[in-house]
Amino acid sequence: MLGYVLKRIAATVPVMGVVALFVFLMIRLAPGDPAAVIAGDYATAEDVMRIREQLGLNEPIIVQFTKWVGALVQGDLGEAIFSNKSVAELIGQRIGPTVMLTLTTIIFTILVAVPLGTLAAWRAGTFIDRAVMMFSVGGFSVPVFVLGYILIYILSIQLKWLPVQGYRSMFEHGLWPFLRHITLPTVTLSVIFIALIARMTRASVIEVLQEDYVRTARAKGQSEFKVLLRHALRNAAVPIVTVIGLSLALLIGGVVVTESVYNIPGLGRLVLDAVLARDYPIIQGLILFFSFVYILINLLIDLSYTLFDPRIRY
Amino acid sequence: MAARKKANDNQVLPVLDIQGLTVSLPDDADRPFAIENVEFNVGRGEIVCVVGESGSGKSVTAHTVMGLNPKKQLKPVAGKVLLEGEDLLVKTDAEMRQLRGERMAMIFQEPMTALNPVMKVGDQIAEMLEIHTDMSASERAARVLDVMRDVKLPDAEQMMHSYPHQLSGGQRQRIMIAMALSLEPGLLIADEPTTALDVTTQAQILDLIKDIQASHGTGVMFITHDFGVVAEIADRVVVMQHGRIVEQGDAKQVLTKPKHPYTRMLMASVPSLTPPKRKPVKSSTVALETHNLDKTYFSSGWLRAGRTVKAAQQVDLHVHRGETLGVVGESGSGKSTVARCIVRLIDPTGGEVLIDGKNIAGLSANAMRPYRRDVQIVFQDPYRSLNPRRTVGQSIVEGPMNFGLSEADALERARELMRVVGLQPEALERFPHQFSGGQRQRICIARALAMEPTVLIADEAVSALDVSVQAQVLELLDDVRKKFDLAMLFITHDLRVAAQICDRIMVMQHGIVVEQGITAQVYAKPDHPYTRELLAAAPGRHAQFGAG
Repeated sequence: MLGYVLKRIAATVPVMGVVALFVFLMIRLAPGDPAAVIAGDYATAEDVMRIREQLGLNEPIIVQFTKWVGALVQGDLGEAIFSNKSVAELIGQRIGPTVMLTLTTIIFTILVAVPLGTLAAWRAGTFIDRAVMMFSVGGFSVPVFVLGYILIYILSIQLKWLPVQGYRSMFEHGLWPFLRHITLPTVTLSVIFIALIARMTRASVIEVLQEDYVRTARAKGQSEFKVLLRHALRNAAVPIVTVIGLSLALLIGGVVVTESVYNIPGLGRLVLDAVLARDYPIIQGLILFFSFVYILINLLIDLSYTLFDPRIRY
Repeated sequence: MAARKKANDNQVLPVLDIQGLTVSLPDDADRPFAIENVEFNVGRGEIVCVVGESGSGKSVTAHTVMGLNPKKQLKPVAGKVLLEGEDLLVKTDAEMRQLRGERMAMIFQEPMTALNPVMKVGDQIAEMLEIHTDMSASERAARVLDVMRDVKLPDAEQMMHSYPHQLSGGQRQRIMIAMALSLEPGLLIADEPTTALDVTTQAQILDLIKDIQASHGTGVMFITHDFGVVAEIADRVVVMQHGRIVEQGDAKQVLTKPKHPYTRMLMASVPSLTPPKRKPVKSSTVALETHNLDKTYFSSGWLRAGRTVKAAQQVDLHVHRGETLGVVGESGSGKSTVARCIVRLIDPTGGEVLIDGKNIAGLSANAMRPYRRDVQIVFQDPYRSLNPRRTVGQSIVEGPMNFGLSEADALERARELMRVVGLQPEALERFPHQFSGGQRQRICIARALAMEPTVLIADEAVSALDVSVQAQVLELLDDVRKKFDLAMLFITHDLRVAAQICDRIMVMQHGIVVEQGITAQVYAKPDHPYTRELLAAAPGRHAQFGAG
């Protein structure tokens, strides 16, 4: 197990290396002078010079790469062009809301999707099953921003139950304001993942319910609820957990849109602002950061399999 | 306790009394009833064997008693099922849950799959006590140890913390039996409990069931398709066909003087343990040969010592054209490993595999391709070895067309082969699910023959089939061997089947060939102790079956 973890962590090094190389080349291989591209259409010659200097573009490319990687290894992601703050600092400032939104979304998704999928599987072919699956298809089909605005219109503008937008930190403003502000973004972002995970749970549990050991459990006189909980769900867990892991990775895309719709100052907004401003160091830093998070999530998901299935040993 | 008292009150009543039981099938089924007017009983301390082939309704009967049938598809429409005098068909779901486990318990065919793979076996036994008693956790643990020792599991303290995959098939079945008996139910239903086990394990489990039934006075309804097992264990026999009982009576009487033609047919289909006289094979061409064939699996660890498993060691065999060599052994003996090495589904780690004198053991995947057609294999499970989305015809012509035959020619050959295996050529248009198990196995044989192989490997090819069908497929295999002058490698765990079809026989244990020789000689005078043990464990060896 420990050997496996070490091996997996060691394997992240080449992956991160490839990502770093890609990120590095992304800006250098763009046609034209990257400094001019970054500076934009109305930049003066001095602006371009300043940016070129700042990015170290006057040096040979190998030297640039070595320096950049050297800084990277020490945790230095570089300086943002327009705000004179370090990229690491910017990520640090913006990470809170995004982590919170991701967590509430995943928790809400699991709490809704797994019971819903299990219920559909248990009552497969009935009205309940069809209703869950219809909701699921609907959830897949509605774009995040459409759903976001519909929810804002109904719950915030018409009913005035929840704030229209904005974010309140749990630590500075307390739990209640935090929950009031995070509810709509969470629901908006969750719907598609609830749809996905409910479907996966249903398929996985239906398969497990055919298994002989479920019949054994029933032959013992076990109640249906416990048959589902103790025998079916745990055996169905591995594919479900896999999809939850994938969803976490996919969430990043949803976060960008959701944070924009609800005006939340998180990493998603930072991505959007950086792209619009062509602030390459920030974009580079964020790509590297997200890649690292993906790899970490994947490792954690793989390790979590051992919790659900004793036959899996690393 | 209540159950025990009740049982005493009802001493004279049979444990299970099924009266005129009819269970309907859904409207779209091929017959209106799954079982019709089934009537038999199981007395206290009695073993009643319910015998029949697939589709006879024996499992539906058992599941109806337990209340485990899907309610919508299989509905009891007439009759009574009396458990110690109480009619189970009028009970509510909650009442049935109460009875299951406490008053009647069931064990199943596949101990591999009947236990929850993610739950410790001790917990699975304890769950029974948790559902039906108000014992404390420590009382439950003590009782679990008791019943585990009762079924003669070694080292129960340790084993109760194991997961099912850490135990052998026989141990798992003992866990199932321990679980079933933990509350001392009056009725035990055993649904083919030894079918998936090796012969020596099967013999031990049968002994255990006999022991326990005698010491606890449990009434046992024992479902099986195997007359050998019936001869070992039954007090009385109920024979079922197409959902009806065709014959029932005292075991001795049914086994020696079967009245119904179906019973007689079933018993005649059981292959005899005595090999028939076979003409020695005259051919001098050796089609298949292995020298020192080795297959070793290595698993390496970073922080632990690597492990090696020797699946097959120093295997030497040869098969002439027109000859059948049987490879016999229990699970884990390496017999399938040898077959897979010869077909190059897996790569041998050492030794030679000669097909018509050409060594294919070390060939690369590309160099191997032209030789692929020479060795063909028929697998055990005809339900899973045909692609369900392709027609039978598409499955058969695929191979020859890969080797350059035009579609028209390949189809022509497929039509011919369908006749050879006893099917209509029109059936090529149909899909696998439209055929029975026996027919599918015929299709698999046709598919193998379409490649015009010199060597045909049958890997447990008749093991999943009903006895009557098994006899026919065996005959077919023997016919095609003669007709196409094939060298046949016949892999089986079933000594009865091997006796009937093999010219020579090879016994494997733990990856090593322990004995080989002419079939009749090996059966009459086994040399190796393991061969003797295998022969002694064959169920019903004292009863005489079949024509041979």
